[in-house]
Amino acid sequence: MGAIQPKLGEPVSDELALVQAAKAGDVGSFEELVRRYDRNVFRIAQHITQNREDAEDVVQDAFLKAYSNLAQFQGQSKFYTWLVRIVVNEALMRLRRRRPERMVSLDEEVKTEEDSLPREVADWSPNPEQQYSQAELRDILTRTIQGLPPSFRTVFVLRDVEGLSTEETAEALDLSIPAVKSRLLRARLQLRERLSRFFQKRESGDGQQ
Amino acid sequence: MKCSEFLQELTNYLDGAMDDRTKAELEDHLAWCHNCYVVCDTTKKTIEIYRDSQLYELPDDLRTRLRSAIMAKCQARKKEGPERV
Repeated sequence: MGAIQPKLGEPVSDELALVQAAKAGDVGSFEELVRRYDRNVFRIAQHITQNREDAEDVVQDAFLKAYSNLAQFQGQSKFYTWLVRIVVNEALMRLRRRRPERMVSLDEEVKTEEDSLPREVADWSPNPEQQYSQAELRDILTRTIQGLPPSFRTVFVLRDVEGLSTEETAEALDLSIPAVKSRLLRARLQLRERLSRFFQKRESGDGQQ
Repeated sequence: MKCSEFLQELTNYLDGAMDDRTKAELEDHLAWCHNCYVVCDTTKKTIEIYRDSQLYELPDDLRTRLRSAIMAKCQARKKEGPERV
């Protein structure tokens, strides 16, 4: 069983030039950066806030904040990692505003009963996603990931959906590398556990012996 | 290697972030422990399903609207001068 193949990213060679031009006042260059990353920003924002309107606001606020603070971007990290940091902060702020009764923090050490050894060990069907219609599958995936604590959800989305490296994720979230790894492991195992209820092989009724 | 030790290394294993010796030990465990094999395989599928799921795609019309709003605000801010947030 091999490792998962990383997602290929956009070419970044000309990115620094775009950032420099935007810093010097060329709004068109900044627009190109918006065009390059708005889909990712929207996805991250909606995963964290779980709310479409909030996600739209986060996209606008985060890009505007990035534009206003371009002078502070020193080029030591990728522009995208720097942008993601802004997006995550904006999204968490919205989430806290909407759910003031619950503490929302990336530092929280969430202990759940699902942290113990996996309980569902039945194998899945060969193509589990084909058992459901597109809409059903989307609903299953959305509800499943929404059930994770925000700190796990955010790490999973950045690492496994957006394809940031462990180091970039740690930088964007201001977490240590061991903290990212531990959250990622627990997020992956919890999602797997929950998806197993939908995707495991059905033993009877398929006409086989 | 115990199953709990295997699980601790699962993320590194799936990310290919480990030395050859540890990898060989994990694969040795996978060869005889069916439960860990299933957990590893279905975790990998979990990641792939989410990665390929296209959840929360930004629709084109909304994308255009958001970009216009962002750029209008950037233009306005440019006129005001920098560092105003």
